[in-house]
Amino acid sequence: MSESKSVTARLSAAMPRLVGTGTLTVLVAVYLVLVMAAVGRSAFQIIDHFSKAPIAISISGVSAVVYLLATAALIIHKGAWYRVAWVTVSIEFAGVIVVGAITTFWPNALGPDSGNAFGDTATVWTVFGQGYWFVPLVLPLAGMLWLRKHPAGIRAKAAR
Amino acid sequence: MVAWFTFAQIAIALAAGLLCLVLGIAGRKPGDLTMGAMALVFVLLVAQLVTAAIAPGVGNHPKGSLLEFWMYQVAVLVLPLLAMVWALIERGRWSVVVLGVAGLAVAIMLYRMWVIWTAA
Repeated sequence: MSESKSVTARLSAAMPRLVGTGTLTVLVAVYLVLVMAAVGRSAFQIIDHFSKAPIAISISGVSAVVYLLATAALIIHKGAWYRVAWVTVSIEFAGVIVVGAITTFWPNALGPDSGNAFGDTATVWTVFGQGYWFVPLVLPLAGMLWLRKHPAGIRAKAAR
Repeated sequence: MVAWFTFAQIAIALAAGLLCLVLGIAGRKPGDLTMGAMALVFVLLVAQLVTAAIAPGVGNHPKGSLLEFWMYQVAVLVLPLLAMVWALIERGRWSVVVLGVAGLAVAIMLYRMWVIWTAA
């Protein structure tokens, strides 16, 4: 096959190998994009205009920590980390539902313009994640689904 | 930022993202086509970084926050690189889907950068 001679194959041969992580790879990749979004967004908000809406921007910062922890826990997903994954993914789901509802029905409750998902006081959870194509609403469900399907974690399976 | 270059980049990132997503779901392993598409996206992003660095010097000033713009600029550059390194470590179909996710994220982030650059 010509594929065995491809540049990709040659580069790949020089790298460490990891196989069989399956759909977890995709889940973690999407989580990492949201980590980047939440950390970047909240860091900018805190540096640039924290006093404009301290409550909304604090929630934005908390969401960044939750995504970071959830992602780490999903990657490790072993022993106590499996429980951490469940807890953080659940907090994430509660966050997008509660913050989503507040920002949708009481647009100024968390500070000026906090109901605008594209504004500068928005969190990733504002209006159920509208600013991120509602990915924040679906992602925790995908995370829970994966956790449910892999109760022992894939590494435990591989070890046997 | 330069309008035509930005939108050409967004189109290419979208196309590369969709291509990888489709091929990944179809069960293809990372190959020169999917990796090449993402490499093209990365090279264009380097050109974009250079463009953004010299634009203010030649009278093309951003209207929005420069800090926010550069946070996006740095992050968007890292994204395809991470996805490509991952695809080299795990040569499975899901790595191609990850390349696709990265491509789509790049397209969205470029659009956000354009909004920051042009809108007050």
